[in-house]
Parts: sequence; C-alpha cells; structure tokens
Amino acid sequence: MLKTFAMGGVHPEENKISTNAVIEYMPVPAQVSVLMNQHLGAPATPIVAVGDKVKVGQLIGEAQAFMCANVHSPVSGTVKKIEPVRDAFGLWKPAVIIDVEGDEWMETIDRTPDIKRECTLEPAQIVAKLKEMGIVGLGGATFPAHIKYSVPEGKKAEYLIINAVECEPYLTSDHRVMLEHAEEICIGIDILRRSLNVPHAYIGIENNKPEPIAHMKEVAAKFDGRLIVEPLKVKYPQGAEKQLINAITGRRVPSGKLPIDVGCVVSNVGTTFAVYEAIQKNKPLIENILTVTGKKLASQHNYQCRIGITYADIIKHSIGELPENTGKVISGGPMMGKAMSNLDAPTVKGASSVLVIDQSEAVRAQETNCIRCGKCMNACPMGLEPYLFSALVKNGRIEEAGKHNILDCIECGCCFFSCPANKPLLDEIRLGKNKMRAILAAKKK
Amino acid sequence: MSNPILLAVLVLGVTGAIFAVVLYFVAQKFKVEEDPLIDEIADVLPGANCGGCGKAGCRAMAEAFVKQGNMEGLSCPAGGPAVAEKVAALLGCVAEASDPMVAVVRCNGSCSNAPAKTNYDGLKDCAYAHSLYQGESGCAFGCLGLGNCAKVCQFGALSIDPETGLPVVDEEKCTACGACTKACPRAIIELRKKGMKNRRVFVACRNTEKGGVAKKNCAAACIGCGKCAKVCKKEAITIEKNLSYIDFTKCVACGLCVNECPTGAIQAANFTPVKPKPKTEAPAASDAPAAEAPKAPETPAN
Repeated sequence: MLKTFAMGGVHPEENKISTNAVIEYMPVPAQVSVLMNQHLGAPATPIVAVGDKVKVGQLIGEAQAFMCANVHSPVSGTVKKIEPVRDAFGLWKPAVIIDVEGDEWMETIDRTPDIKRECTLEPAQIVAKLKEMGIVGLGGATFPAHIKYSVPEGKKAEYLIINAVECEPYLTSDHRVMLEHAEEICIGIDILRRSLNVPHAYIGIENNKPEPIAHMKEVAAKFDGRLIVEPLKVKYPQGAEKQLINAITGRRVPSGKLPIDVGCVVSNVGTTFAVYEAIQKNKPLIENILTVTGKKLASQHNYQCRIGITYADIIKHSIGELPENTGKVISGGPMMGKAMSNLDAPTVKGASSVLVIDQSEAVRAQETNCIRCGKCMNACPMGLEPYLFSALVKNGRIEEAGKHNILDCIECGCCFFSCPANKPLLDEIRLGKNKMRAILAAKKK
Repeated sequence: MSNPILLAVLVLGVTGAIFAVVLYFVAQKFKVEEDPLIDEIADVLPGANCGGCGKAGCRAMAEAFVKQGNMEGLSCPAGGPAVAEKVAALLGCVAEASDPMVAVVRCNGSCSNAPAKTNYDGLKDCAYAHSLYQGESGCAFGCLGLGNCAKVCQFGALSIDPETGLPVVDEEKCTACGACTKACPRAIIELRKKGMKNRRVFVACRNTEKGGVAKKNCAAACIGCGKCAKVCKKEAITIEKNLSYIDFTKCVACGLCVNECPTGAIQAANFTPVKPKPKTEAPAASDAPAAEAPKAPETPAN
C-alpha cells in the first residue's frame, strides 16, 4: 500500500492541464524590477548604485541580516533606479530597477549544457555556496537554504526528503522539471545529501505523476541506492512539509518545532535543481520555472523565466491577453496561492505559477450558518479545530485560540474547501494568527 | 415525632437557623470595606464599558477616581463635560475643562473619487484585508470600507455609507472614546477638537505617496503640494512625506486652505455655505449626502 499522511486532507480536482507543455524560455523584457525581499526574513541591502553596469548573475543585494538571502541581477544592463515598487498585492517593496542591455553573463557562470557530475566540496563549503548564490526554498515559503542546511548543534539530520509532490491543483512546473532535468536534480539531491551527511534521500512523488516517477526511478538508480523514489497516495496537502515528513517517515513534528527537531530536512525538487546549478555551474538563483495555466486559456505553458519580469509581461508573451470574464489571476496554486491585485508587479524567486481563473469559478458562494458537522476538523491535516478558531476570533478571544494552537495552522485551506456552509474559515484563522503573533510580540517586549 | 412533615420542617428550620448564624459571623469576619463612593460614581458613568478612558470598564474607572481622590489626568471621553461635572460633585473637586473632541474620517476615497480596480471577496474585516493587499482602489492608505470602526462603536455613531463606501460619523452620538481609532488598521480615523460652532477643517487623506502616484488611484488625494501651508496664517499646517496635516490646536477654521486645495483633500465640516465659491467641489462634511453620486462603474476583478 502506498504511503500518505495520517490525519485529514482533501481531494480537490487536479486540473493538471499543462503537464505536456515543454518548458520554454521566456524572453528578457526591456526592464526588470528585482525586489530585495524575495525570501522569508529581512530584505537584502542593495550594493549597487544608480548608473552602475551589471551583468547577469552579479550580486546586487547582499544578505546582511541572519534571516536573509543574497539577490543577484537576472539581466545585464544599467541600474536605473533604486526605489520601492508595488508588489503583486500593491504593497511597496524595496527594489532595484534595471534597464536591460544585451545579455552578458558573469564569466564565472558555466553556461554549457554539459552535465557536471562530480562535486568535491566539503559540507561547510556547500552551505557557504548556497548562501553566496542566494538559494531559497522554492516550494513556497522561500526559506533561505543556507540556514536550512546549517544543522544547529545538538541536532542531527537523519532524513533528507525531497518534495516532488506538487499537490496543488493546476501546477506542473515540478512535473516538467523532473521530466526534463532529472539527472541535474539527482546530482543536486546527492550534493544536499552529502552536506547533511545522511545515507539516503527520499524523493516523495504523488502517484498521479506516473511519468516523473518512472523517469526519476530510472535516473536515481544510477546513484547506488542513495536516492530513493517514494510514490505516495494522492492527498492534498501532501506537499506541506510536516505532512510529507509524516507520510514518508511516520514521524510527527510537534507543535512549535521544526522538521530538524525530528531529524528531517525537506527541500523542494525545484530547489534541488537550483542547487545543482549553483554548486556545479556557479549560477545564482536568477531564474525560476513557472506554469501559465487556466481552463479558459487557449494554450498552456511552462516557462523558465528570469526573476523580475512582470506578470503582465508573462501574460502578454504567453497568451497575449487575459481571456474575457477572467475573475482572478492567482500567483501559486488555487488552494494556497493569492489572487494578485497588481499584475505590473515583478515575479519573485518563489513564484510558481500564473493561474487564470474564470469569473464563474472565482466568486465565493453565499456563506450560511455553521451546522457543526465537523467536516473542517476531519479535513484539517494538523488536527486543529477550524470552526472553534472561527468563533473565537470573531469574538476577540485570541489568546484562547492561541491555547488551541492556532499558530500551528499551515493555511492549506482544507477547512474552507470542505465547509458545506462556505464559511471563510481560513480567512478568520489567518486574522487570528496575525493577532496572536501581535500579542506574542507585545509580550516579548 | 410521628408526623413526618413536621419532622422535615423542624430539621430544615433548625439547619437553616444554624447556617444563618454561621454565615452572619463569617460575613462579619471577611467583610470587604469598599468605599460607597465607587458605586455612586459608577452609577454616574455611562456604563458602556467602551474603554475610551484606558481602563477596563466603567467600574474600574470609578475605582480609579476614588483611589486618586481627584480628576487629574482621568477623564471619561464618552461621558463628556456633563458626566465630569457629576463626578466632580461626588468627589468634591473641580472638573477639568477639556475641549470636546469628535472622530473624523481622514479619507475621501469614495467610490467616485477612488473607483475600485479590483474586487475583494474575502472576509469582511478591515484588519484582514489590510494584511492581504492595498485595497480595491489601489490606494494602500485609504479606507477599505469593511467597517471595523462601525463594528467597535458602542454608541452607534459610525456607519458605512453605501453610496461612498466610507464611514460616516454621527457627531451627536460620537463620544470621542477612541475605540474606532484603534480598530482602524490604517489609522484613518482621528480624534479632533470639535471646534467653534462644531466647525473644523482637516485633511481627509493619509496617503504619503508622491503626488502623481497618489492621484492615480484617488482624485481626492493629498498630493503634498503645500499650497495650504502657504496660505495658512496660523502656521497650523505642516507637510510631511507628501502629506499635509492641520494641527487642530492651532487651526482657527478660517477655511482659507479649503479653497486653496487643488484636489479637494481638505474638508471643512459644518460650514454654512456663505457665498457660492466656484472652486470648492467637495465642500461639506463627510456625512453630507453627495450632491451627485455617480455609480461606480462595473469593475471587472483584477
């Protein structure tokens, strides 16, 4: 029997309609805006000045805080401005705006298509290089990789788990990367495995992707049994870190703890490809793979795309213009992604898709009263009580919600998805989490 | 003792009497001495437990009054001078004179001034919407119109006008308790002096973006041009971060700046239109019904 996580979960419509779209290369536009805050933590500090010439892959934002990642120029050209720009949600974020001239890469970057298999770096050197190249987790949270792979003293990694689940409906970028760059991915995984000094790495792939499973198994076989492909039973949100750990190892990350506390390190499969390019080819994280998809689109696409291109540019290049009656354009998947309110915003390292949803599917259904059916509790993969949070948050009893572990919520949306009364459970929980964090921050002071 | 009814009455009666005596002595022993003044003052206070005074509720405020013995530094914004007089009489001190205040809405991004470019379909809560994105109009400083201020108002003084999508303050009911100012995630509501004859002038905008950027999203945005500061004779107006602010302690509500403002961001409340001025298109208070309120155009989401 195939493994999966123990508690909760739902089965949304898969809608993986762009699986057969081969990864194309997105042309570089005339101007890009590179946000300084493309990762979890503090924004990077710009180290270029207006008028400077930059090359592709040149460091332009330096990580000075602990929780921070380097940012590199995705294009070559002249720095036009260093000022805040609006992100996809209309909020001002510090950025470096570059006028593109030609496509001149840093000499250190190996742009040959040959696959480089040997890596002799020591674990500490690997981590240093991850930091230098600005690698962040590409599964969504954009957690700086060098912090993840610096295992704190007193803790030991036992499992390296590669997240190739891609449980969000519609998204196919991981699927395509596995088909087209399996060997690079496996080399990247082997490097990460060595940096953690664990004997095996487990690659979790959901069983609805038979082609990538077969292909990855074939390639992983060359690595003397160090890489194990683990097909998993389909269930959303299997791609969530804690759920994937539970599915593969049977372990449970306790409330308020990190995966490393149960001996696990989880990386996204997209990250491992970036790791390969960074370690073996000296290429910083300046490109990501994203899916352009939607039921009403004339064509489906997967793109390799420089960071900093605006969503509007991507839409223009891929489908011309948005179809009539477009209700929402979502960055990310339909379950956890956010509807964008500003398409002129630049893409960031963690961007995984441009998902166009028709108006008929974009509107929420009428909310009715909670009938205490308990479906939200059954669906919650963290074993929480969403209906209770909803009531507590509505009545301002935030600390009580905190006692019921509201901060453990991973915001997967299973509760909202399963609610027959269409209650905005996740909205209320997010609001409660924000308020709870504010309370904790006030207490710390 | 053949009659069971009699027996029961007797037993219960005797036990009752014993408990009564015990309770009497216990009550004497553990009596809490409380100033009867606290109850009297608590009766005088409005009893809304709004928290505007900074205390947990009206009773806590009454205790604070009695503990302090005078009214220095303590005031009940909801009760106003009338309650202050009564409390002063009970405490035997003089009530501090304070200017009456009122809540004003510092945003004029109505449906016509700042038409919606996107549609928000999420939880109807300003704090939540604020954490997600900039707002339907595109202005990251303007009113989200989801009514957190109206929800917290204990006095029914705030409501969202469906025409403009902005909160409206009922001056009669507003007690300046300040609950709404705390509830607004964008600090749009401010407590200001009611002013002579209830007249006051204020900048109905919080946008600190550059003028051109702000104007893109809202016709009534303050663009920080500084014309108002130049014309002000009392030096009450300062411009900071592209945003004008009128200090209500200095402002005499002469209305000069109102006419000078090119975008109509400065609002004058309760001014009687003495002579029709050609330039002022948005004259009256925020709660005056808009003379012509063109319906917001049908807005496609995104």
